[in-house]
Amino acid sequence: MKYELQPTLPPPANTIGAIGWARKHLFNGPLNSIATVLLAWLAFTILAPVVQWVLIDANWTGTARESCTDGGACWVFIGQRIDQFLYGFYPDSETWRLDLAFFLLLGLILWLAIPKLPAKGIAALITLVIYPVIAFFLLTGGSFGLEAVDTHQWGGLSLTLVLAVVGMVASLPIGVLLALGRQSDMPIVKSLSVVYIEIWRGVPLITVLFMASVMLPLFFPEGMTFDKLLRALIGITMFQSAYMAEVVRGGLQAIPKGQYEAADALGLGYWQKMILIILPQALKMMIPGIVNTFIALFKDTSLVLIIGLFDLLAIVQAATNDPKWIGYATEGYVFVAFVFWIFCFSMSRYSQHLEKRLHTGHGNRA
Amino acid sequence: MSDAVTHSDEQLMIELRNMNKWYGEFHVLKNINLEVKKGERIVICGPSGSGKSTMIRCINRLEEHQQGDIIVNGVPLTQDVKKIEAIRKDVGMVFQHFNLFPHLTVLENCVLAPIWVKKIPRKEAEATAMKYLERVKIPEQAKKFPGQLSGGQQQRVAIARSLCMNPDVMLFDEPTSALDPEMIKEVLDVMIELAQEGMTMLCVTHEMGFAKTVADRVIFMDGGQIIEENPPHEFFNNPQHERTQMFLSQILNH
Repeated sequence: MKYELQPTLPPPANTIGAIGWARKHLFNGPLNSIATVLLAWLAFTILAPVVQWVLIDANWTGTARESCTDGGACWVFIGQRIDQFLYGFYPDSETWRLDLAFFLLLGLILWLAIPKLPAKGIAALITLVIYPVIAFFLLTGGSFGLEAVDTHQWGGLSLTLVLAVVGMVASLPIGVLLALGRQSDMPIVKSLSVVYIEIWRGVPLITVLFMASVMLPLFFPEGMTFDKLLRALIGITMFQSAYMAEVVRGGLQAIPKGQYEAADALGLGYWQKMILIILPQALKMMIPGIVNTFIALFKDTSLVLIIGLFDLLAIVQAATNDPKWIGYATEGYVFVAFVFWIFCFSMSRYSQHLEKRLHTGHGNRA
Repeated sequence: MSDAVTHSDEQLMIELRNMNKWYGEFHVLKNINLEVKKGERIVICGPSGSGKSTMIRCINRLEEHQQGDIIVNGVPLTQDVKKIEAIRKDVGMVFQHFNLFPHLTVLENCVLAPIWVKKIPRKEAEATAMKYLERVKIPEQAKKFPGQLSGGQQQRVAIARSLCMNPDVMLFDEPTSALDPEMIKEVLDVMIELAQEGMTMLCVTHEMGFAKTVADRVIFMDGGQIIEENPPHEFFNNPQHERTQMFLSQILNH
């Protein structure tokens, strides 16, 4: 008996394309259909007034509150104060230094992040060693003919970024060292690491910042001062490195024992083994955890307002108390939330992209 | 006189004397005595849990022994990290699960230790690596990552990686146990070739064909001790110990 060859047919129209997708994901049963309709209605009733307020009824141009007449958001307020929100009390004539530092960093990050660009090693070296020095002299001034700008004049988004970037760049290596210390065979190194991590993880960041700004100076000898921003930076770094250490430890534990043994058997020393074999693999696995900590750190920087540093949130809050702009606090907070969201969301997206890219072809079949 | 001493030192590659090891309370290795001369091929077999892997892992200090002496190439193994690293330079090891570094290419896997441990210039290390990759018959895979290779290919890379350090002894810890049957032969062929070139080898394996072909001595372990030690002909045809007879009947008649 012989069968006829069957022709290849297109799938039924209602199973593919937009209609097929909707049938499968939105209306695949009476209960789900009701839920879909209900949620769509709910989303619409919530979103419509928001969009109306943020975009449609909003006023964008003008110079004073009198320009805001449409009943929506008054973005004129943000526009009028944007320089202060970005640069704090940094002298107007010197804000190019903040811009330069920012765009230099952005350029370096892009150099590191775009796979096609060559010489990643040099880029990393510049970013981690040369850039901090340049940024330090650019921002503080006082040499190379730059006007000195005291750190109490720093503020706004630039201060937030300084806190976040320094916190991230410093807490990762310290966290790695602490995690290695916690896994160490040497009892003293191990217990010091454990004590450090558990103490810092056990206290709220607010208390750390209070300690750094209020209590710490009490222990210093009379007359010795210590920059407040620097103290906050040290506090944030110490605090976040404890969290980072736990993320790194998780990654280290996920590396199979055989990797350690193979490195040992080849005669690699401890640091060679860690730097060449274990950490590159562990860091790859830790990306979600590290970025999660970075995002938390970025948002936590806004806590410095309680010790009198004017980060983005603090400076916007101060501006909303200005009699000229009273009543526009909502716009201020929405703006702050949006800026924070942009930065955190970018980090999150980049980490997802990085995970995918690093995954290709590296899988261990064994 | 001194010549004779040096000569005999050269001849003795590995020496285990009254070596004992415990895991907590559990006595895993009981009074092990073993001498391996330069160029000798030893096959170690025995039921699982008999301590055979633990024994060869003690030789490069992946496991620490608590009593007795281990002398490798004239260097006694102690707590001294420098000595441990010196011994590991001279002792190559191949693992059951290959343990290649998955984030590095095959070539990088091979040149890493020569460059960082032996301080050999990269060019030279790469030339050596390619030579050994050719010897294990996979030079064309040099730029691939371990995850892209079959199990047999990975194990051959692992052998090449060890050889790149130009070791005096090679330890094999069940090198074919994790492989699919059709890949066992390609790995054994490489090992046989290596044996024929005069490499000193200690091999924990259940491949009795391999033992018959290349081994100078077969060692049978059970319950943490060496129970029998004989040339393969004697070992397979005239096993002395009851335990050995039982083991052989179990692995040969299936």
